[in-house]
Amino acid sequence: MSTEIQEKEVIKIKQSESLISKRRRKILVDPLDDNNPISIQVLGICSALAVTIKLEPTIVMSISVVFVMIFSSLITSMIRNYIPVRVRIIVQLAIIATLVTLVSEFLKAFNYEMFKVLGAFVGLIITNCIILGRLEAYAMGNKPYDSVLDALGSSVGYAWIILVVAFFRELLGSGSILGWKVFEAIGWDTFPTNGLFVDSIGAFIILGLLIWAQRTRNGYIEN
Amino acid sequence: MQQSNIYIISFTLIMTIFLGSLLSFTRMQLGPIQKKQVEIDTKKKILGAVMDISSLSPEEVLELYNEKMNSIVIDLEGEEVLQDDGSKYVAEEVNIQKNYKISPDQRKYPVFMFSSDGDKVDYYIFPMFGNGLWDWISGFVALDENLNTVVGVAFDHKAETPGLGARISSDEIQNRYKGKMIYNQVDKLVSVKMLKSENNKDLDSHQVDGMSGATITAYGLNDMIYHYFECYNPYISKIKSNTRMLTFNR
Repeated sequence: MSTEIQEKEVIKIKQSESLISKRRRKILVDPLDDNNPISIQVLGICSALAVTIKLEPTIVMSISVVFVMIFSSLITSMIRNYIPVRVRIIVQLAIIATLVTLVSEFLKAFNYEMFKVLGAFVGLIITNCIILGRLEAYAMGNKPYDSVLDALGSSVGYAWIILVVAFFRELLGSGSILGWKVFEAIGWDTFPTNGLFVDSIGAFIILGLLIWAQRTRNGYIEN
Repeated sequence: MQQSNIYIISFTLIMTIFLGSLLSFTRMQLGPIQKKQVEIDTKKKILGAVMDISSLSPEEVLELYNEKMNSIVIDLEGEEVLQDDGSKYVAEEVNIQKNYKISPDQRKYPVFMFSSDGDKVDYYIFPMFGNGLWDWISGFVALDENLNTVVGVAFDHKAETPGLGARISSDEIQNRYKGKMIYNQVDKLVSVKMLKSENNKDLDSHQVDGMSGATITAYGLNDMIYHYFECYNPYISKIKSNTRMLTFNR
């Protein structure tokens, strides 16, 4: 008798969990800062270096990653109980690869200039360890809505870091923001642009400073 | 049940067929749009060698191109090449990269001619292809009606170092080629050479200031331009002698 009531209560709590309960907010917000895929987990570094020379391609890349991440998580989570365990990685990869190819095809059709700049890197989203990592670690064992939240958190956590890196790289390396010459606009024509920031070394420097700032703020202690 | 081989095989089979058809369907739907984008891109590059088209919309570029641009596909002897059924090749569709890989006498060379009044040719545009430091570089070099002075160039590259060799696709570098000569006073092919290092003084009409930190890319450009003008040379001399005959007869 008593167990029945308890069971009912549990079900009641589950049903009434709000769309943005505390637990869900944690799923969403954690990867933005405390558990950031790039700065804490150090995943997806290669693309953070490669696409962040200019801000505009970085924005396109961020949108692509968010799109691929959310939909691959959603699909994987929806069919998670049907995926044979022995081939699950292949299935996940096939889902990611299909979505990435779709993004790449659409980019080629509707923004050819951007496709020429990003071409190879969009294809390489497939190998972005953040996506496969979240599918394997989260979407395979959780319900669709939670998985989408988790995917959104991780991909936005990735996106804001590469956007910050790209902002400083374009500013210091090319002296512009989104192609608009900032320093000429404020009358500083002789601003010495630094070739180091156009190279991937610049991305390492900014990423390092970013991790430093983040760790100082969060009081991180290496153990 | 989910662990049985039959289940796994049928699952992967259905997945593959589904994803495969999804992708090929998208490809079929987007194919024509993509083809148009590539066409606009090529025509932009060709026109970009002779004029500033940055303010034109893609439709205006196509319109201008179709109105003012003529083309011909020639062989190493400078003769026009026709397809097996006697029809003309579409010069825009000749793949310079593929042609670069076969021996010069087997290649097809497209030449584009810009004429503002539809009669006299104002500019000749020669596509070319070569090797930079990391990967291929390509270009369109536009000569004036006398086939000697460079009116403009448009270079492209696949993977030259950003900020160093990649500068060949910037206006800053491309403007350095304007007004330079391909042939000397006695009509011998000299081509245009980009020098090593930047801020060189006393450049003659066959020299272009170099790019500091990108000497190999610059030498790649030099080789590309010289090699292709060697290949285009028979055609160029033919046109020149024709014009000379015309002036003489008059």
